[in-house]
Amino acid sequence: MTGEKRKSRRLRVLLSAAVVLLSLGFLQRLLSPKYSTELIEGGLIREYYGEEKDHDLIFIGDCEVYENFSPKVLWEEYGINSYIRGSAQQLIWQSYYLLEDTLRYETPDAVVFNVLAMQYNEPQREAYNRMTLEGMRWSGSKVRSILASMTEEEHFLDYVFPLLRYHSRWSQLKAEDAAYLLKTRPVSHNGYTMRLDVRPAENVPEGRILPDYRFGDRAWSYLEKIRLLCQEKGVELVLVKAPSLYPYWYPQWEEQIEDYARENGLLYLNFLEMGEETGIDYSRDTYDAGLHLNLYGAEKLSRCFGRILQEQLGLEDRRGEAALAARWQEKCAAYEADKQAWLASLSEENA
Amino acid sequence: MLFTSYEFIGFLLLLFLLYYLLPGRHQWKLLLGASWLFYLSAGPGMILYLLAVTAAVYLAARRIGAIGAAHSAYMAQHRAELSREERRALKDAAKKRQRRVLLAALLLDLGILAVVKYTNFAISNLNSLLHLFRGKGQLSLWNIALPMGISFYTFQALSYLIDVYRGVVEPERDFFRFALFTSFFPQLVQGPISRYKDLSETLWGEHPFHGPTVARGLQRVLWGYFKKLVIADRMLVAVNALIRNSGQYTGAYVFAGMLFYALELYADFTGGIDVTIGVAEALGIRVRENFLRPYFSKSIKEYWRRWHISMGTWFTDYVFYPVSVCKPMLRLNKFARAHLGEKLGKRLPVYLSSFAVWLATGIWHGASWNFVAWGLGNWAVIMLSQELEPLYGRFHRRFQVAGKSWFKLFQVVRTVLLMSALRLFDCYRDVPLTFRMFGSLFTVRNWAVFFDGSLLNLGLAPMDFTILGLGLLLLTGVSLLQRKGSVRDRIAVLPYPLRFVLWFGLFLAVLLMGAYGIGYDESQFIYNQF
Repeated sequence: MTGEKRKSRRLRVLLSAAVVLLSLGFLQRLLSPKYSTELIEGGLIREYYGEEKDHDLIFIGDCEVYENFSPKVLWEEYGINSYIRGSAQQLIWQSYYLLEDTLRYETPDAVVFNVLAMQYNEPQREAYNRMTLEGMRWSGSKVRSILASMTEEEHFLDYVFPLLRYHSRWSQLKAEDAAYLLKTRPVSHNGYTMRLDVRPAENVPEGRILPDYRFGDRAWSYLEKIRLLCQEKGVELVLVKAPSLYPYWYPQWEEQIEDYARENGLLYLNFLEMGEETGIDYSRDTYDAGLHLNLYGAEKLSRCFGRILQEQLGLEDRRGEAALAARWQEKCAAYEADKQAWLASLSEENA
Repeated sequence: MLFTSYEFIGFLLLLFLLYYLLPGRHQWKLLLGASWLFYLSAGPGMILYLLAVTAAVYLAARRIGAIGAAHSAYMAQHRAELSREERRALKDAAKKRQRRVLLAALLLDLGILAVVKYTNFAISNLNSLLHLFRGKGQLSLWNIALPMGISFYTFQALSYLIDVYRGVVEPERDFFRFALFTSFFPQLVQGPISRYKDLSETLWGEHPFHGPTVARGLQRVLWGYFKKLVIADRMLVAVNALIRNSGQYTGAYVFAGMLFYALELYADFTGGIDVTIGVAEALGIRVRENFLRPYFSKSIKEYWRRWHISMGTWFTDYVFYPVSVCKPMLRLNKFARAHLGEKLGKRLPVYLSSFAVWLATGIWHGASWNFVAWGLGNWAVIMLSQELEPLYGRFHRRFQVAGKSWFKLFQVVRTVLLMSALRLFDCYRDVPLTFRMFGSLFTVRNWAVFFDGSLLNLGLAPMDFTILGLGLLLLTGVSLLQRKGSVRDRIAVLPYPLRFVLWFGLFLAVLLMGAYGIGYDESQFIYNQF
């Protein structure tokens, strides 16, 4: 083969490989869910990486953290710079690996973990796994989190190449997929997702009888891992049970968490039992009959929690830091704008 | 390890890499290791059956070879001293000893196959008999797993053994080389049932890397995946809906099911064989074709010469001919000619031999009565067609239809419909139910389901039907082109950009339209179950 021919063949191979890779990359981007206007919960985890990472407080947990606590209130009223690393049905090992991931970037003063996730001892649903795991940046923590979370029907390779998972989504593409093909849209306020509608909590169902109230071994082992990781990094761990009325929080579960917190000297707050302090009114402060708080409830809860954090953990008021305050000014403006947009849409609905 | 799993693709990539890095003389050893590893992935215990069949056939063939060699050596030395009768007596004695070894190995290997595959079938039938005669006892079924591909590798090994006995091939000396013949992984789970003389031409040879050959093999693999993932596994959804809800889907739905299953089975089985032949080709090994556009056949007889060719020829060579010329059959032939007349007397042994072949074919496909009924159904149709041939001939001459395109098309459609109807036994897996469902074709008047959108309730969206329609068009187009030679050869001479677009387009079609991953039932190839 002449040198000319060899050169032309090499060029052909390179060009073909480039076309293949670009096409596959484009298809992967196009077919993967964008989580920008629909199912925004899937976009929560990725947002963290665009943040300045000097938080005092990090929340980890499921919807009971990202719907119930408002970092904006914690900043405005106590000068606490916080971020929520939560996602829908975030399992305890996912919270652990997210914490591990977070601590690669920063070391906050305290970490708040919502204990409802203790109820799950096994991987649950692929859709929720996706929403939590896809947004994580690739790291050892992400790999371990995927391996710990996969249901039987899932495959690790589908996480490495999401195109394999979403290959048939081409028949369900929507305007969002084109609009957010190359960009993303902020979906939260430091991890908090806002709702302003109201649906009072009436007839909250009692919990059904369980055959066994003990938390599973796996859940316990990850709680212990969270505790040890915080201890190793010198981070204060706070356990909370958010004031969601449902899923039902059993007294037997409460007892086990109380014992664990006592044995390990951790601060544990069950906000379900702190109605007077939080002032939550379940006829106004929830948007889905008690499962999650709306903005009014979240702000009340955050006000109460911020006070406790300052009193008991002595978190510093950082409102005097000019650069940080400037950042928060922008964040608060976005928060207010979002709130006004919500109010406008609600009044439109009521009109 | 399913052919359609990521693990298999990873396994192949690693194997190709190592295979072409190794010196050629060691390549077959790597293939043997890879084949055993592939088999081990089905469960550690399963490989024992494969090794047992391999060892038994290897030793038996060696023994048969040794007897033959000893006889030849003796004859070479003593031929001059022996009379013709003595030579014949010695030859017969040697053959007899060889036959004993052959029979022992056949008994052992077919015994293993019978035990693992047919024991529960036998127990179920015994229990039914006990129940019929109001017996109180019931035998428990065995908890025994069917080893992957046992029917294929047993038949392949036995074909070698019989060929050694017949003197067609020399016994293999090296156990491990022979072990590769029985366990070559691409064809281990669903065939084809290769013959030793075919596979041995390339199996142990040195295969230096040759880009165009590897690319050709991979193109065939891609085409196989297209058939399996885009067509067969998509069609499977509707087929399952129709079969699992047989009470609801009668009449025209049965007709739809017949056609859907015909397409699914064809795409599934030929797709799997394409993957098999393609993988072997990419490794430099030639595996014979197993299909020759069977749906273009104009009769059932022709269809069976073009569908699962390796199985058909196996039964012809190792069941039909031996049964036809065995002593009892020759006696029957003589008796029938004397008592039933020359015409019928001549045919009777053929019918009986065919009956044995189709009974065995049915049973080979599965240990249940529906497969027996399916096999015998094929036999009945073939025999009937044969009997009616003179009548057909007169009809063809009278109306001058032979050779006319429309008549050929009619014959092709007739064959497809007939085969599809027989496959209802395979679909419903229950003989009385199959007859009821087939009967409903004529009693339930719901043919409007083909036009009123009812077929969209079978789990397939309009887009799925569109993909299936386009896939069917592509399959038909490729088959038509194949009549004039290899389609890959034709593509290979096109300008590079066009070739690239064609093959990358096919890859994207599999990637984007393939029924795989979450949301689809992972389904193994239908013939893996045999």
